[in-house]
Amino acid sequence: MSRFWALIRRELVLALHQAGDSVAALLFFVIAASLFPFALGPSGTILARIAPGVVWVVALLAALLPLNRLFGADFEDGSLDQLMVSGLPASAVALGKMMGHWLTTGLPLLLIAGPVAIMLRMDAASVPQLLASLVPGTMLFSLVGGMAAAITLGARGGTVLLPLIALPLMIPAVIFGAAGAVSAHPVGEFAMLFGLLSLFLPVAPLAAAGALRAAVA
Amino acid sequence: MRNIALHQPISGVPLLQARGLAAIRGERVVFRDVSFTLDAGGALLLVGPNGAGKSSLIRLLAGLTAPAAGQLLWRSENALDDPPLHATRLCFVGHHDAIKPGLSVAENLGLAGRVGPDAIMAALTRMDLQRFAELPARLLSSGQRRRLALARLALSDAPLWLLDEPTTGLDAASVARLEQFFAEHRKAGGMIIAATHLPLDMPGSVPFDLSRGVR
Repeated sequence: MSRFWALIRRELVLALHQAGDSVAALLFFVIAASLFPFALGPSGTILARIAPGVVWVVALLAALLPLNRLFGADFEDGSLDQLMVSGLPASAVALGKMMGHWLTTGLPLLLIAGPVAIMLRMDAASVPQLLASLVPGTMLFSLVGGMAAAITLGARGGTVLLPLIALPLMIPAVIFGAAGAVSAHPVGEFAMLFGLLSLFLPVAPLAAAGALRAAVA
Repeated sequence: MRNIALHQPISGVPLLQARGLAAIRGERVVFRDVSFTLDAGGALLLVGPNGAGKSSLIRLLAGLTAPAAGQLLWRSENALDDPPLHATRLCFVGHHDAIKPGLSVAENLGLAGRVGPDAIMAALTRMDLQRFAELPARLLSSGQRRRLALARLALSDAPLWLLDEPTTGLDAASVARLEQFFAEHRKAGGMIIAATHLPLDMPGSVPFDLSRGVR
């Protein structure tokens, strides 16, 4: 277990030294979301109506940005070999990297999603429900995105391939997440979100583990 | 500091034994019928021309690649059945240095975790890098980067060292320091398998020519 926490600590140390990756994802989130008022006009009624969906979709796209470096950087400099012989199973390495992605990208996105939603004229009273839906949402981004990052590792054109694999898999999460963010009785939507989470929590690290083993072989 | 007593040999059973290992890369058989035994204090020097499969064999022994045929036995039990357990017995220094350029030299060693600052300084001193501890790793020369990668050996308490071209880019003084380090590791009961095409002085090591087995 101590090896696993050492891996999480490693991810945080590296993220602090290369803060640019996380900051770029946050800036993308803010800038892309602020394009919508420019395109649709400042009318509060339209913006407030589409705000939860915009926040969900733009957060998803922002979370994908640092993913091609998630395993790619370690793969290129040989660190991935070291992680694979660190005494952790490959699935634990994958899960640790995914948790690192959530802590350094998902969590900051979550913290800034509230102000962005209010900027899009969303009713402040409904913001907590949007954030609540984004908690399992951002975790799903990290799990599914991390799995796609592992699968496209070392593939030619992996950068383009990654969103093509990750985005279709995220459609159910976007459907139930964006609906759960605005529904008056969101029990069903949240149950679906946590159902997806309990599906991908074991499946994504296991699939990524197979991909990582194939990549270093 | 380094405790490798756990892996002292049991009489009659070799610690590490390879039986008929083979590797396939693409459609090509890189090597086959690779068999050897290695006991505490032993060293194996993999030699052979480029493409003979030295790196492939090192990666196979590290559990990074599955063998196409054959077995790798640790105390007569199949070592590759449990790769995470096998990984705790070995320290691997591969072709790449696995160095993060943005971090300092000392931080690079601390990245793997579970070691204190004293152990890191001792490891850096071992490779004569202590003066550069606070320097960003991107400023190191390629020989110094290699030494930093090799400093990981001093932090590991694993008995088996798997080294891919350890002396690439090293000056004569560093090679001598490394040979001294290898001798101490073997004296303490450790084992070394190194792939190299540069001369490396390891007394009593067995040169193992990989190109022989392939036809």
